Amino acid sequence: MSSCSEAFSRVYEKIAVIGYLIVIGFLIIVVRLWQLQILQGDEFRKMSESNRMRIIGIPAPRGIIYDRNGVALVKNVPYFSVAVMPADFDRSRIPALSAMLGMPAGEIKEKLVNTSRSPMIPVRLEEGLSFAEVGFIEARRSDFPGLFIDVGVSRKYLYGSAGAHLIGYLGRPTPKQAKNPAFSDVPPGAFIGQWGVERLFDKSLRGVAGQRIIEVDALGREIRLLKETPPVKGKNLVLSIDMAVEEAADKAFKGRTGAFVALQPGTGEVLGLVSSPEFDPNKFVKGISYDDWLALSENEKKPMLNRALQSQYPPGSTFKIIDSIAGLEEHVIDDKTVVDCKGQIRVGRWRFRCWKHSGHGRISLHRALVESCDVYFYEVGKLLGIDRIHEYALRFGLGRKTGIALGAEKAGLIPDTKWKERTKKKPWYLGETFVNAIGQGYVSVTPLQLAVMMSAVANGGDVYKPLILRDAEPVLEMKAGVSPATLETVREALAGVVNEPHGTARSAKSDVTVIGGKTGTAQVVGMRRTSRHMPEKYRDHAWFVAFAPVDKPAIAASVLVEHGGHGGSVAAPIAKAAIEAYMLTPEKKKEFLEKAVTASEETKVQADVQN
Amino acid sequence: MFRIDRRLIQNFDWITFLTVVAISAVGVMTIFSATRQPGTTVQSPLFLKQMAWFAIGIAGLIVFVSFDYIWLGRAAMVAYVVGLVLLVAVLVMGKTGMGAQRWISLGPVTFQPTEFFKLLFIMMLSRYLSGMKGPLGIREMLRVFFMVVFVPFVLLFKQPDLGTAVVVFAIFLSMIVSKGLKKKAVLLIVAISIVSLPFLGNIMWRGLKDYQKNRLVAFIDPQVDPAGIGYHINQSKIAVGSGEFLGKGYLNGTQGPFRFLPERQTDFIFAVFAEEWGFAGCIVLLGLYFLLIMRGLDTARKAKDGFGRMLALGITLMFTIYFFINIGMTLGVMPVVGIPLPFMSYGGTALLSNFISVGVLINVRTRRFSLFY
Repeated sequence: MSSCSEAFSRVYEKIAVIGYLIVIGFLIIVVRLWQLQILQGDEFRKMSESNRMRIIGIPAPRGIIYDRNGVALVKNVPYFSVAVMPADFDRSRIPALSAMLGMPAGEIKEKLVNTSRSPMIPVRLEEGLSFAEVGFIEARRSDFPGLFIDVGVSRKYLYGSAGAHLIGYLGRPTPKQAKNPAFSDVPPGAFIGQWGVERLFDKSLRGVAGQRIIEVDALGREIRLLKETPPVKGKNLVLSIDMAVEEAADKAFKGRTGAFVALQPGTGEVLGLVSSPEFDPNKFVKGISYDDWLALSENEKKPMLNRALQSQYPPGSTFKIIDSIAGLEEHVIDDKTVVDCKGQIRVGRWRFRCWKHSGHGRISLHRALVESCDVYFYEVGKLLGIDRIHEYALRFGLGRKTGIALGAEKAGLIPDTKWKERTKKKPWYLGETFVNAIGQGYVSVTPLQLAVMMSAVANGGDVYKPLILRDAEPVLEMKAGVSPATLETVREALAGVVNEPHGTARSAKSDVTVIGGKTGTAQVVGMRRTSRHMPEKYRDHAWFVAFAPVDKPAIAASVLVEHGGHGGSVAAPIAKAAIEAYMLTPEKKKEFLEKAVTASEETKVQADVQN
Repeated sequence: MFRIDRRLIQNFDWITFLTVVAISAVGVMTIFSATRQPGTTVQSPLFLKQMAWFAIGIAGLIVFVSFDYIWLGRAAMVAYVVGLVLLVAVLVMGKTGMGAQRWISLGPVTFQPTEFFKLLFIMMLSRYLSGMKGPLGIREMLRVFFMVVFVPFVLLFKQPDLGTAVVVFAIFLSMIVSKGLKKKAVLLIVAISIVSLPFLGNIMWRGLKDYQKNRLVAFIDPQVDPAGIGYHINQSKIAVGSGEFLGKGYLNGTQGPFRFLPERQTDFIFAVFAEEWGFAGCIVLLGLYFLLIMRGLDTARKAKDGFGRMLALGITLMFTIYFFINIGMTLGVMPVVGIPLPFMSYGGTALLSNFISVGVLINVRTRRFSLFY
């Protein structure tokens, strides 16, 4: 009996031990539940919410960019891409899909593997499809589950490359931007401004993206709409530029390298800004192709460079405007002071020549400017000294950044004796004064700076910051502080440059308005004379600065043509074309621009055919 | 043999009965919620099917309470052989589901013989063990293994029904331990486990189907590929965790009906429940299972004979093992082994078999007094 009860108690013991083990097991489960539901509950609740909810961004229509007369420069257009939803896509159909799209199977596979973070996020295979391509794919879509046409919004730049440096272009956010909280409201796949005004005012052009919050199941199928916030269209932007000016200048360059800037003298508003060669912003939208990018970046003419504010050139004879003003203001000359130009001037062993080897003879300020006599300004330079020239150049906004909002601007250089001592550790020589007085040597400026100077001369001495929006509050940077009489004298001479028989810019004489201006030729190499037989890269840069109408200036401009040779023959016609376009009546302007848009369409169609 | 007398009703184990009825009712409710089809008004009929099986199960339970369990001992041998034949039949003519053959169709009815086999196996093992004198030595232990366990284990592994194979082996181990083992036998088991672990692991690994291998990998690191193999575990944890203290409320869960949870009405039913009822609801549900298991152990303790004790113990341990593996998997503390949660998971054969098992359990308890007849 005792052994029996012993055996029984052993069984009880074992069952009890099993019972304890089970209790421990239950405790473990309770602890685990506590951990998951109480300690980490919040976190898992959020994960379950994000599981079931998808936030789909609806890109806002981008603000339209207009010129100062209300001409639309850009248009929002639908942007089609062919995409697949990885979750619904049968990968065994890749070969067939590859055949249909004419895209290597390997590339499709790679895109699916590399770009898909989740099977619920679509992968774009090919972007920027034409209507024909969309139709072709739509007709065959039913053969490929998970394949669909993704419709986005993109930009069309109506005037193609004209004004590209100013207007800019759109692109997808770069990986760095994608991490930047300032771009967190950009829906995936949407474009943002990456250059120019598009970039500068991106935030306001972009508008506020809308949202669709939907509930989805594990396959990403929409169950129901929880909330929809419509997008708010981006703000329209009215630029200060006149597209007619822009277009006319652009065409007048005829593919030559250089820059053009036009300003409204009374406000500093930029009426036109061209840097040639340009690029086609329409090509950037799609995500520029590798070939196109190579063509742009390896082009030795550097189309992406904004020459109007990023390139510095010796101002050449345009600098004589500064010499004249300084000379008159400092009373070292007056309008009757006469210099005898014998075609050269001697200082010790050195000879400084006038461009006219035979000499201008006895010449006063007016003729000296009209005919651009070098010897006259050697004399003026000698009388003033470099430091006084420096001072007046600065008063007209040279040697410093103009402050235009486009950025990456160059400051140019206006030397003085201190500058030379500081940087070259050498004293200033008189010969250097001669060279710099005619805008060669150390002195350098950007086309934008010369336009600012020209407008200050035209408006009575006010140096404005160049503005790129219409009706923006003018920003007066400084007053040159020179007498109206001095400026009047100089302006009269500048009118002579264009309108008098011996003027160097007779080619800019216009029937529409009276233009005043000054040519300039900036030496590239130390040769006295430029001939048309020289290789292009050694030819001189051609300058022309202008304003019109002379009696009541409404536009001031500067033109630079790299290696253009003589300013009067190459640069002046460009300024003339732009100024005349500015003077057109509103109806004529409209007509002119309509023609330009049609032309831009035609070149595009031609390019497509070639492709 | 089928007399139902006053004492039978008097001694009927209402606690166990009501506990499983309660759990099954919760199960039907949870299946209803898990198989909702959001965005449509269509309701999956699965919960109705489960209710039908629930009723059949109760009938089965009553049948298996009504006769003395001694008959089960007498019929064990024949039943066991029939069970083996069924397992072979599954291998030969079974339907494949999820890469494994588990179903036999008999006309319009399909059923999973393995569900019943577990009970037959426990009957056979109980009879075999109760006829032996414990504690068991090495030779006796091996004899039990080869006579009763080896053949079905191999057959189950071939199907492959990894879950049931593991459960069968675990029932065998825990039952011989309960019977009592001599020191040498214990040492042998320990030694074999240690020596064969890598070897066995290798064979097991090769014998596993890809989806089973993935589950093991995913268990070790669920973050490996959230949308791939670790997906089940992650989604299950999200479902359970997002329930927080009081749950999202009945019919407000999203993980199940939105199909983020795989096997939402079967293996992961607990996750669906936990999401909607929270920690508080889980504690109540766990309490019911705890009651069922402890009551089962008590029945084993109080059984009037060795066979009844082994029978009650075997059935209770079967529920226990199922319960822990399933919950452990749902909570991400055990690998994903596709076994259902008794009484909760959708599955008619399993529900019927579980009710019959509980019938046997109640049978043993009801007839616990030696002087009953």
